[in-house]
Amino acid sequence: MRIARTGRSLAATVAATALLAACGGAGGDSGTSDGDPVTLTWWHNGIDEPLNTYFEKVALGFEADHPNVTIENVPVQNEELKARLADALTTGEFPDVFQQWGGGQMGEQVAAGALLDLTDDVTSELELIGGSAAGWQLEGRTYGLPFSMGVEGFWYNRALFEQAGITDPPIIQEDLDAAVVKLRAAGIVPIAVGAGDKWPAAHYWYNYALRACPPDTMAAAGASQDFSDPCFVKAGTDLEAFLATAPFQDGFLEAPAQQGDTSSAALLANGGAAMELMGHWNPGVMSGLAANGVGLGDDLGWFPFPMTAGGQGNANSALGGGDGFSCSADAPPECVDFLRYLLSVEVQTRYAETGAGLPVTMGSEAAVSDPNMSTLLTFRNNARYVQLWLDIAYGSTVGGALNDAVAAQFAGTGSARDVVDAMNAAGGS
Amino acid sequence: MTDVADETTARVGVTASPATSSPQAQVAGRASARPAAPAPGGRRGTGSALRKRLEIAFFVAPALLLFLFFVVVPIVRAVQLSAYRWKGYGPLVDFVGLKNYVSVLNNDVFIGALQHNLIIVVASIAIQLPLGLAIALLLNRKMWGQGVLRTIIFVPYVLAEVIAGVVWYQLLQPKYGVIDAMLAAVGIKGPAQGFLGTPEYALWTVIVVLTWKYLGLAVILFLAGLQSVPEELYEASQIDGASWWQTQRKITIPLLGPTIRTWAFLSMIGSLQLFDMVWILTGGGPANATTTMATFLINEGTKRQNYGIAGAASVILFVVALVLALLYQRFILRRDIQDPASRKKVKA
Repeated sequence: MRIARTGRSLAATVAATALLAACGGAGGDSGTSDGDPVTLTWWHNGIDEPLNTYFEKVALGFEADHPNVTIENVPVQNEELKARLADALTTGEFPDVFQQWGGGQMGEQVAAGALLDLTDDVTSELELIGGSAAGWQLEGRTYGLPFSMGVEGFWYNRALFEQAGITDPPIIQEDLDAAVVKLRAAGIVPIAVGAGDKWPAAHYWYNYALRACPPDTMAAAGASQDFSDPCFVKAGTDLEAFLATAPFQDGFLEAPAQQGDTSSAALLANGGAAMELMGHWNPGVMSGLAANGVGLGDDLGWFPFPMTAGGQGNANSALGGGDGFSCSADAPPECVDFLRYLLSVEVQTRYAETGAGLPVTMGSEAAVSDPNMSTLLTFRNNARYVQLWLDIAYGSTVGGALNDAVAAQFAGTGSARDVVDAMNAAGGS
Repeated sequence: MTDVADETTARVGVTASPATSSPQAQVAGRASARPAAPAPGGRRGTGSALRKRLEIAFFVAPALLLFLFFVVVPIVRAVQLSAYRWKGYGPLVDFVGLKNYVSVLNNDVFIGALQHNLIIVVASIAIQLPLGLAIALLLNRKMWGQGVLRTIIFVPYVLAEVIAGVVWYQLLQPKYGVIDAMLAAVGIKGPAQGFLGTPEYALWTVIVVLTWKYLGLAVILFLAGLQSVPEELYEASQIDGASWWQTQRKITIPLLGPTIRTWAFLSMIGSLQLFDMVWILTGGGPANATTTMATFLINEGTKRQNYGIAGAASVILFVVALVLALLYQRFILRRDIQDPASRKKVKA
């Protein structure tokens, strides 16, 4: 323990010295361009195209601006990346910059003293990012920056809606209920859900909670791990009422979300269901599962989760998630420069052009060409508050218990009260 | 009469002293087969005693090292983790004592998982024992296609668990699956959520698949046991005018006893540690209707990073398996594992 602490303070001293030296040398300029040679190790999950090439170019671009910096670009497969990060943080062999999903897991890393507090160095970036940054902040301090952020809503099949006589996408819960009735009457499965994976079912609860609870309550509950506010029970009651309308496909309890012909995404992609509640990544997943290899094309539409009656939630709030980056506690100061570079309008615009996700920096929206993605992006930018997926925001312990309990509610073996009890029990442990 | 337990000990004894002529080496070999026994001797010359000990150490060391690194160290580590609240980051500092155990034992999901394990233990033996025995008795008769039938019964056991699981998963799909289609052809409508998606049926569906998968092992073991029933006993019973059924009941099954008891022991331990088939078929769902202790600890450990909780659950699983195994040995396997000397006395 004592040795570890000495090591850390030594590292801090070195970092501080480097910072001083850099400031002195560069004369207040943001760059540390003529500083000592520095290598930044960068771990991310961009193993597939177009992300891989994009990140490579980002690294080269930064190196061109900062001749003293070498970026060691290490793409790792997503699940393996998570495992390797856990190992690295345990042994103390952190990469300098690494992928960060925010929320409760980031909280654990902060508690372990592994992350660099960026708050004071990224004020202008935070202004341009807006509400999306909330997931990477903890008690007013910023420990990471998102570079991509999507929101969730219903993806729907316009042709099937037309066939059932639905003219406008639902806005309030009653509209959604009416649409379910009309679709059933037309012999169409209203909604596909992959409840076998649990999280797609739980996302209904997240959305009802977002409509039922004020943003402050959602955040406070995450910090205190106490979910006794009555609005959380209301979320479950609203969900129960919706489940009672039997809106889902046969076999939804064991259906996966994204794998195989019986998955919810495949049903929507192949006309087997009219709607699916899913994140911004769904068109990509659907095209991979579509029998015609493309998906619904122009028939694919998107609308946000409907408003519910009697909720205290902000009508302008959205549920979403994204990818971000953090600097490790003893990373050189160039790490922060690199994050700022990633978030610059120019780099974000190029990210939007790849079509791999939605950029976060204001001014880069124009590069998003897909009409559905543009709708989604407008909705996100208008959202005063973007709530991170609850299983990430509340940490994996509460999140896992929550997903389990909602899946039980879908199966008819749990109540709205059981969900809250499960969360409180997990939060207390 | 020989039985499986006897054969195994005998074989271990032989392989542990590989064709050496030195009597000391044979002693060492036997000692290494039973590492728990204290090294005998020491009253003879100190030189030879030392030499013997060195030999024992030499032969036992590789096995002990492997055992130490792959069994003892992980167990100790799991016990250590179970006393901390640890999310996978930083050093172990948040000591919580037995709190993880309290939380696991108060967790409905874990208690449900434990119940599922016990149901599977009982159901596996209750279903596979009569079924396996019946098939083994049938296949033991000289008849046409005997070899082919034996192979067919044994094939599921040889198939990789993952492959068998994925195949069954596809067969059991609602609406699109072969089984639903077959039922529909004869006018029966399968459950709307599918056999694996309906909480009431899911566990029993898993048990059916497990029976299909592991019946072959029971049959093969029973068939092997049947080979050791002396032919003279059958001849004698025929002379006495016993019917086929009487012969099976009074001679074959009692003499198969040791084999059955050993098989039931293996089946019990396998059921307690069940993971892969459940993971592939249902992942523990729907609504935790098919969780086992192993899926619970994987979920807590790797998916939720609750390494302390997972550690506590794994220690509880270890203790449950150990206690059941010891009780089984004490009360049921006792007759089969007595040492040969006392067995002879019993027989005489």
